[in-house]
Amino acid sequence: VFHEKDVPIQVAVGNYDLGICGRDWVEELLAKYPSSALVRVLDLKYGKSNLYAACSKSGNSRSIDYWQTKPGTIRIATEYPNLAESFALSLRLRRFSIFPLWGAAEAYPPENADLALISLPAGSPFNQTLSPVSPVLSSSALLIAHRTSWESKDLSPLFRCLYSASDAKEVTSENTKGQKEGADESLPISPRPDSAVRLGLPDGHLQGPALEFLGRAGVTIQNDPPDPRRPGTNIDGVNVKMVRPQDMPLQVANGNFDLAITGEDWLLNHFYRFPSSPVKEILRLGFGEVRVVAVVSKQLPVDSPQGLRELLRKGDLTRLRVASEYTDIADKYARDNHLSPYRLIPTWGASEAFLPEDADLLIENVQTGRTLAEHNLKVIDTLFESSSCLVGRTYAPHDSYRLERMNSFIQALQQAINKR
Amino acid sequence: METQRCKGSRDLLPEDMARFRHTEKVFRSCCSGWGYQEIRTPTLEYLHLFTSTGTLTPNMLSRVYSFLDWDGWSGERVVLRPDGTIPTARLYVENFPQVRPAKLFYVENVFSYEETGRESRERWQCGAEVIGSARPLADVELIMLALETLSQLGIKDVKVHLSHAGVIRAVLKESGFPPAEQSELFQRVLDGDTKAMSKMVSANPQLADIMSLLFEVKGRSVGHLQNLKVTLEKAFLSPDLEASMEDFIAIAQCLTELGCEYQVDIISGRSFEYYTGIIFRFYGEGERLGGGGRYSDLIPLLGGGDIPASGFALPLDRLMNLVTDWQDKAPRVLVRSEVGTASAQKRCFEIAADLRRAGYTAELDQGHTKTSDYQWLLSIQGEDAKPAFLLTDQAGGKPIRANSPAEILKVLQAADATKASSS
Repeated sequence: VFHEKDVPIQVAVGNYDLGICGRDWVEELLAKYPSSALVRVLDLKYGKSNLYAACSKSGNSRSIDYWQTKPGTIRIATEYPNLAESFALSLRLRRFSIFPLWGAAEAYPPENADLALISLPAGSPFNQTLSPVSPVLSSSALLIAHRTSWESKDLSPLFRCLYSASDAKEVTSENTKGQKEGADESLPISPRPDSAVRLGLPDGHLQGPALEFLGRAGVTIQNDPPDPRRPGTNIDGVNVKMVRPQDMPLQVANGNFDLAITGEDWLLNHFYRFPSSPVKEILRLGFGEVRVVAVVSKQLPVDSPQGLRELLRKGDLTRLRVASEYTDIADKYARDNHLSPYRLIPTWGASEAFLPEDADLLIENVQTGRTLAEHNLKVIDTLFESSSCLVGRTYAPHDSYRLERMNSFIQALQQAINKR
Repeated sequence: METQRCKGSRDLLPEDMARFRHTEKVFRSCCSGWGYQEIRTPTLEYLHLFTSTGTLTPNMLSRVYSFLDWDGWSGERVVLRPDGTIPTARLYVENFPQVRPAKLFYVENVFSYEETGRESRERWQCGAEVIGSARPLADVELIMLALETLSQLGIKDVKVHLSHAGVIRAVLKESGFPPAEQSELFQRVLDGDTKAMSKMVSANPQLADIMSLLFEVKGRSVGHLQNLKVTLEKAFLSPDLEASMEDFIAIAQCLTELGCEYQVDIISGRSFEYYTGIIFRFYGEGERLGGGGRYSDLIPLLGGGDIPASGFALPLDRLMNLVTDWQDKAPRVLVRSEVGTASAQKRCFEIAADLRRAGYTAELDQGHTKTSDYQWLLSIQGEDAKPAFLLTDQAGGKPIRANSPAEILKVLQAADATKASSS
């Protein structure tokens, strides 16, 4: 069982004969790599969703013409960068920038992106802040097959079985009607005074520790806010937004946040990709500590990167498959250790499931190492230790009020660190 | 052995490069003779240069090599240049905004993804552009320059096909299609899609005859265009159409005067969306040999003001396979010493230098296994003080003795003169 996003790639490279995942992720792969060895077999008709290009309700236009003629760069935030690119090209947008995201695309417009590609379950309404500009794709669960497997293996018993299951499913899948249409009241996004500090906070597993830490610094974040992505705070002049920690460095580099809490691992990954990026670590916050390590299966007779190199040299391994969420760290690690030839497999989580069948080496973070032991894996190298950190830009804002606010916020966090 | 070359890429071997350089040399010398100046644009350009309407179609854009540079954190993508004209227009806007006309040419590679990997994803183009002249004369000049290049390359019976983007656009507009469909049909006509016509006819059955005249009848004279003009004017009242037809006729008239034959072929295939006026294509030896056209909206689109332009590109990869007379004519001499002393080797270097100065290709023997590529073998024998030179004509005949470098040259030149007169 993989993250859904990884399924099309795994089937296309031939690690699996068949796979089931949303059509959106299949099209995302094919948009960039049309000759992937993958065939679409059957629409399973459940898990229906629609992918939209959406803009803010408070924004000025929902028409396509508006975006086609708008001067300047159109920023598109999305988990589907390839579909976003073909969408932008087919719409003939004059100039656009795509911000690939790990999630929370709906939180970006209007301040941090002009458009976002949003996937919504069929029938469910847009949230209070967004409205659709154009549909991009209708999706539902899709059965896919590796092309060579389809052409050369008899998989028909398996198909028969899947088809009958899908027929049964079809009857029940339409029970989602009667969902209430969302009230079309837009939730006003609190007007942001220009000089307010824009603070990015992590959602997901770092969220709890981050809020607890901020509490110790005297910063409380509103519980259960009306817009879950934009909670209020007890501090004046600080506007908070919750997005994925992985996306923070890019957002700070582009000036969407003045300050943000993320992990050093993601900051480093960002620097390896964009060495001149104007982001810096301001404070090491000391929670959410992990070790980023190189991991192999216990079956592999090596205990160091040199050992892997030796396997490749002797031809016991013809090519090293390196799986990681940290694509740029993993790429640099393989290069620096001369592990050639290697191939990088980007993953979206649950990476330990890749070893040993679908990858040889994993660059992964560990806290206790328990997960590794459960999967019969071993660590052969430690790359670095990572803690959560506060990041900002390398240059100061022109606005002196904002600078003052930022400095006092940093100071409060510094004191919370010292107290420990 | 497993191939290590990238899929869709190509190695140019010595013979390929000799053909390549010959083709390039002929093109450069033709362009220089007509007063064109050579430029070279960077391999990397920003993607947005190619995304506006009227530049590259979405179909072409879906095959560009685009990526984020090392400082691409803002999401600004760069591409490996997919086309030569658009970067040239950008170069003009940035560097010569006052020069009219600017007559520029380039020899550049362009990149576009091709799925099978059987065709090269990197192609070379010889391009020439006239920027800043709206005259039909500029278009005619470009056609004549391209034809001169093809003729000097030894490619015979080149056919010229003419079309006109202004005429196509005006007819689509007058046929009452909504703007989105107009541009879709325009793209299809430029792609050489003959079904585009049946779509136009089914939407407007009363236009069947005139569409057939326009798209199917392939005239070869100004008369054909004059006939078309009056017939189109009867069907549509359009100043744009009239102006485009007049432009088309003026160019055709001039070509006729110059003795250049052509065929009017409105659906001529594989053209760029940025064309606004005349479109010309060259065919010869059963192949498409490139072409060009007028693109007067491109420089305004790039923010360069209302400046008309026109140009063409010839496919260097294809031309180099058709050229004759590409071999280097200088006779090759292999110089070897029977004695291995340092002073004997010095003598080899000196004599080879003398031969090169006299126009020969002179190589020192590095233990060559194959000597049949050389017209002459020069063997240096005997003592350092009193060397003897033995010249062997690889074509046959007895070795000839010479006593000094001057004598060697005399023997070589005499033999070459005999060969030249007998051939």
